[in-house]
Amino acid sequence: MKFTTTLLASSALTVASGMAFADAHMANEMTIISWGGAYSNSQQKAYNEPYAEMTGVKIINDESSAEAVSKLRAMNEANNITWDVVDVTAADSIRLCDEGLAMEIDFDEQLAAAPDGTSASDDFGDTLINDCAIPQIVFSTTFGYRTDLVGDTPPTSVCDVFDTTAYPGKRALEKRPIGNMEWALLCDGVAKDEIYDVLATPEGQQKALDKLETIKDDVIWWNAGADTPQLLADGEVVMGSTYNGRLFSVIVEQEQPVAMLWDGQMFDLDVWIIPAGLPDDRKARALDYVKFATDTQRLADQAKYISYGPARASSAPLVGKHAELGIEMAPHMPTDPANSKNTFFFNYTFWADYRDDVDAKFQAWLAQ
Amino acid sequence: MSDVNNATTAPVSALEAERADRENSGPMLAADGTPLKRSLNRALRRQKFRALLLIAPLLIFVLVTFIAPIVDMLFRSVENEIVQDTLPRTTAALKEWDGQPGTTPEAPVYKALYQDIAIAQERKLHTRLGSRLNYELTGASSMFRKSGRGVDDIGEVYQDQFEDLNAFWKKGENWNEVFGSDAWLAQIKDWKKASGTAQPAFEMRDGIAGVFPETATYYTIFADFVQNVDEDNLYKEDPWPLIYSSFYDDLTGDTAAAIASYSGPGATEIAEAAAAAPDFETVDYKAAFTKIDKDWGVSPIWETIRAYSPKFTNGYFLNSIDMQKSADGPEFRPENQRIYGTLFLRTLFMSVVITVSCIILGYPVGWILANLPARTANLLMILVLLPFWTSLLVRTSAWKVMLQQQGVVNDTLVWLGVVADDSRLALINNQTGTIIAMTHILLPFMILPLYSVMKTVPPSYLRAAKSLGATNWTAFWRVYFPQSVPGIGAGSILVFILSIGYYITPEIVGGTTGTFISNRIAYHISSSLNWGLAAALGAILLAVVLGLYYAYDKIVGIDNVKLGG
Repeated sequence: MKFTTTLLASSALTVASGMAFADAHMANEMTIISWGGAYSNSQQKAYNEPYAEMTGVKIINDESSAEAVSKLRAMNEANNITWDVVDVTAADSIRLCDEGLAMEIDFDEQLAAAPDGTSASDDFGDTLINDCAIPQIVFSTTFGYRTDLVGDTPPTSVCDVFDTTAYPGKRALEKRPIGNMEWALLCDGVAKDEIYDVLATPEGQQKALDKLETIKDDVIWWNAGADTPQLLADGEVVMGSTYNGRLFSVIVEQEQPVAMLWDGQMFDLDVWIIPAGLPDDRKARALDYVKFATDTQRLADQAKYISYGPARASSAPLVGKHAELGIEMAPHMPTDPANSKNTFFFNYTFWADYRDDVDAKFQAWLAQ
Repeated sequence: MSDVNNATTAPVSALEAERADRENSGPMLAADGTPLKRSLNRALRRQKFRALLLIAPLLIFVLVTFIAPIVDMLFRSVENEIVQDTLPRTTAALKEWDGQPGTTPEAPVYKALYQDIAIAQERKLHTRLGSRLNYELTGASSMFRKSGRGVDDIGEVYQDQFEDLNAFWKKGENWNEVFGSDAWLAQIKDWKKASGTAQPAFEMRDGIAGVFPETATYYTIFADFVQNVDEDNLYKEDPWPLIYSSFYDDLTGDTAAAIASYSGPGATEIAEAAAAAPDFETVDYKAAFTKIDKDWGVSPIWETIRAYSPKFTNGYFLNSIDMQKSADGPEFRPENQRIYGTLFLRTLFMSVVITVSCIILGYPVGWILANLPARTANLLMILVLLPFWTSLLVRTSAWKVMLQQQGVVNDTLVWLGVVADDSRLALINNQTGTIIAMTHILLPFMILPLYSVMKTVPPSYLRAAKSLGATNWTAFWRVYFPQSVPGIGAGSILVFILSIGYYITPEIVGGTTGTFISNRIAYHISSSLNWGLAAALGAILLAVVLGLYYAYDKIVGIDNVKLGG
């Protein structure tokens, strides 16, 4: 805690000069949209509280990120945008950017450079996926399993999900094609670098559904990230996919008999976007906030509260111990070398094109 | 009142009276001489107006917050202006194309596409159209995204050549000198952004549109965009590549005579450009677009744009009954993409099952409540109402705990030895789960109308029937039951209509086989953002409910429905 305070004080000093001037034309109230739960909590501690303390701005939190795209579209049509900064997944940021609902960012101009002077765009590197999204954390969708229900040989591969003989019992999968189709093809013998080529064809899509068909009766489909941890804790499923941070809290914070199966994890990003069309004072405030919240130290701070990896390369060495439990966070990060031997990266461009088509097939298959 | 009027002319004889009557046989008049009918109407109108004023707040509230949004939402199910608004030139040019599969449109269409996308990408509208068309054609989204990125390269072919020819063409100031009117130029040169006053609106130089018709058109669009959307100083703004390509078109077009005699600002440079232009490297727009994305070179995207170019479409409605547009009119989707028919039927079927379960469970409860002494009945009534007042989410989540395989019900059954531990019942994440949870949630809506109707059935009727020799069953079936039918009717309508649009409970406990059409509507509203399809599905659902209500009225009669008394 003391460390944080000193850190805050020093960072406050460094930006104070700029702030004093900037304050005059910035709104002194802002609405930040996020996902709620442990994740919002980590943002609250790492970004919002220090920022509010430093600037005196009043931050209103709203947990509407799941419906962010539709709500922003409705706000845009009504010409009344009430949000200032919105936390969305990478795929949603692409759609918001495509629809002109998110503001374009000049990364090097408007974001903080790394402490060693590396420009923001180099520091973020591959996590910059479009002109609007300001990357925040890398998370992954991966599997967790009940250690007491899998016998003596715990699963080691994502393909064990499809092996109902060795691991009988229900599995929890997300009720959407993304992720499931890739795993199905991988476990059906398709080479990893050919998966999206195969999935682009109707035959490939059918192949994936056929593979999923083999376990269809053993699947509980989830909609909310909190479902799988609950199902695992209740012993309703032997294994299930969800966001790695949720599994972290089941395993480490709630000490349930659950373990991670990092194999085949699918990386994704959480990003900030600023809605397009904000008045100047609110836009200035929102830009000032994201510049602060995505600097190297702040991103590393967030990892003290939740096991999501910072999107900046320069933040990685600063990731320390869990703020309350005092355990090293690095081994729990999806990006840790030991965990990321076999990974996917969410293929945004593929899914932007194929989402509607594959989803129709997937839902029709589910309903049969 | 007219009697009073007539009384003044005292009749002398019956004959005279008759004549007088005949003379006054016009409309009866009020005291002020206006016809009585009109006077009465006016009084009534005033009364009606006053009554209307009293309900006006409610009426306006309902109109603004309920009717208007619904109408607006339903309108989206046919609205399709985005294609024509974003690609006006392309859709116009496409009318020439016969739309045969396997063929692609002629060169002018590709050029129109270039002009449309060049403008749309400045306004950031091309990707929005891409996601709209992606609902109909997989891959359209990235085609438009890529085209928006690549379209400037096409125009830059001309831009580079003009700029290499003479640096004059590099500067926005020079273009403004040529195309802006002298009066406007004088104003804009004085204008400073910092002054806070509005930027003088662009004004075209007289006659320039006759010399450079294409360039003038696009320069106006460019000027409007810079001044009103970007809010930059137009005078300093360098033109878009689109301006250069249209300038080339004008220089090599059929206004050559007008260009040759042009003597306004920049005349020397224009003469030089006109001389050089015929030797410029040109762009094959079709080849350029095919290079950006090979799918521009085949017919599906063009068939889609053509099919969706009218302002209104039945595409969403076709989609919501598992059909699609094709070259030979509407056709069914492939088997593996049909979903909505199944979901509509399932929604109706499960709503019927839930309604019947509610009748079976609710009828005895209503009967007991109506026949117990008031004190006990009130106590039991609280038990009925208590879950009614509990949050829907709480009750649904409670059912999750109860019904899951390691849940209370299964544990009890295993403990009792009814089912084996390794074959626990699947009571949730399927239709069973939805039916159980929704029956419980909607039960009060059945019990309350039943109770209030049964309360009015005098117990003496049953006693009378029995004293006349009826058995218990006959007395119930022939005497009591017919009198409780209005309650069943009211309860069934409530439960059925509520359940047909239910969303949260099926979403949580329904798994894959227990979800309703409303879950799909919610998905299209909040996840896939296909609001048109959601609106079409919603419109169909609304029509089905109204149709069933009409049928119910015809068969049972809506007068036979009682909520009480």
